[in-house]
Amino acid sequence: MDLSKLTALEAGKLIKNKEISVAEITKAALENIEKTDGCYNAFVSVCHDEAMKQADMVQKGIDDGTLTSPLAGVPMAVKDNMCTKGILTTAASKILTGFRPFYNSTAVEKLENAGAILLGKLNMDEFAMGSTTETSFYGPTINPWGENRVPGGSSGGSAVAVATDQAYFTLGSDTGGSIRQPASFCGVTGIKPTYGTVSRYGLLAYASSLDQIGPIGKTVEDVAEVLSAISGHDSKDSTSVNQESLKFNLENNVKGKRIGIPLDYFGKGLDTDVKARVLEAAKKLESMGAVVEEFNMPELEYAIPTYYIIACAEASSNLSRYDGVKYGYSSPNFEDLTDLYYNSRSEGFGMEVKRRIMIGAFVLSSGYYDAYYKKALMVKALIKQSFDRAFDKYDAILSPTAPTTALKIGENLNDPLKMYLGDIYTVSVNLAGLPSIVVPCGFDREGLPVGLQITGKAFSENTLMNVAYSFQQETDFHLKKPVIKTGKEA
Amino acid sequence: MVIDDKMIDYIGELARLRLKDEERENAKNEMNKIIDYMDILNQLDTTGIEAMSHAFPVKNVFREDIVEPSKDRQDILFNAPNKKDGAFKVPKTFE
Repeated sequence: MDLSKLTALEAGKLIKNKEISVAEITKAALENIEKTDGCYNAFVSVCHDEAMKQADMVQKGIDDGTLTSPLAGVPMAVKDNMCTKGILTTAASKILTGFRPFYNSTAVEKLENAGAILLGKLNMDEFAMGSTTETSFYGPTINPWGENRVPGGSSGGSAVAVATDQAYFTLGSDTGGSIRQPASFCGVTGIKPTYGTVSRYGLLAYASSLDQIGPIGKTVEDVAEVLSAISGHDSKDSTSVNQESLKFNLENNVKGKRIGIPLDYFGKGLDTDVKARVLEAAKKLESMGAVVEEFNMPELEYAIPTYYIIACAEASSNLSRYDGVKYGYSSPNFEDLTDLYYNSRSEGFGMEVKRRIMIGAFVLSSGYYDAYYKKALMVKALIKQSFDRAFDKYDAILSPTAPTTALKIGENLNDPLKMYLGDIYTVSVNLAGLPSIVVPCGFDREGLPVGLQITGKAFSENTLMNVAYSFQQETDFHLKKPVIKTGKEA
Repeated sequence: MVIDDKMIDYIGELARLRLKDEERENAKNEMNKIIDYMDILNQLDTTGIEAMSHAFPVKNVFREDIVEPSKDRQDILFNAPNKKDGAFKVPKTFE
């Protein structure tokens, strides 16, 4: 049996039934990463010894009945912007060279308490700023579905580790589409929960009012189980919503569900194959009993400038903490303290991060604050109202996740504005704080995956999971796998 | 061209970033393109709309003031590039 092909819940069941030990499955996963990651670069670091040690402890917990989670013993991996106690955490930036946090992020802590085994830390765009995982200080991650294709981003490593069966599930973070777009490009399932559902404690902040942690997995059932484990109130995050952990009741039934198709999401710039696959998915849901209807959402074209103004403004404030004094990279060249700040930051941050910090400093500067930052906050209110109106009529909104399938490596890297425009279908969800799930819904002319984005009103994760689960019960797109390469060459 | 030489130097100062000459030219061009694009927001009439910083109504979050041990000093200093006598070490700030 090839253990790596199992879903997280299947693996958990074998472990529970004592058909395999936690050490066996962990060792197999680590060997698999060693064999394949030379081709994909999904991992920034692999924690071999810690994982094997943890496996022994978890096995004891399962044997004595203290660990009963369906995820107990299941090997996972986490995006490198979440703090892991004693384990390298870099946000794929040179400026965090050598940083080993002394505490776990709450999401990681909750998974470790459930008995999941941490295999390592996953590659990403530097500080989650990017849509291709090319801005990583540790080199780009490669999409397994095509030659020289990006995995999307910024949680590119999190999507590829699942697509290549390196990890049974992963955590990503989503500020403007960073879980959903890579899930779409890599043919896997990922959800961005409602803002405040998962604690942000220990997540290296990019744009705090938009950042949200969420799971990526092979199936909706897996993703639901992981979200259930990591959700719930946390007093260490003041924006964490005061609610219990989510519980899901998955049922293959979309009868009578009202589904809206925003026509503005299907206009100019959308690849014809992506459009066709998403509309076919809508037809499929209709044939299963959903009521599908078209409507207009003209605010769409204002979402990108609004998002980038707000996200960059918050980033410029959040990233001021990297000063070469407290942790990470510290420039050896300085005359005085100010010089140490300037040089550590200028040598430690990559170009895209510098650009976003500077845009943020600009939109917040006196004389421009009202014209850009305040204006963006007002447009954000309009976008939120537009979603509120839509959810008066619909249980869920169906749309493409991105205008294209996976781009070629290097295609947009030197044209930041073009790169930003690719986020058109995902960013408004973060502005409005909504939950949104992506599931595979077919392939384009070149065999690259297309992801269907299903968005719901705040705290409607159960509805979204059920629509997505029903879709996967009636389709097999999520079961398709790329040919997984081994060896050292990318 | 809102980002000219003077503006890019000013933003650099605010952000504590010093760009190399070629980086600086490139940053100016790209930022001007991006900010020009952001100007499409001016097409929208937002008169009377209240700026929204949070998507949900959030109130002050209070908790009981319970005394708990703070983080361990050694743990906090573990990652410091330079430290001395249980403190972060920085270059001289005044003579």
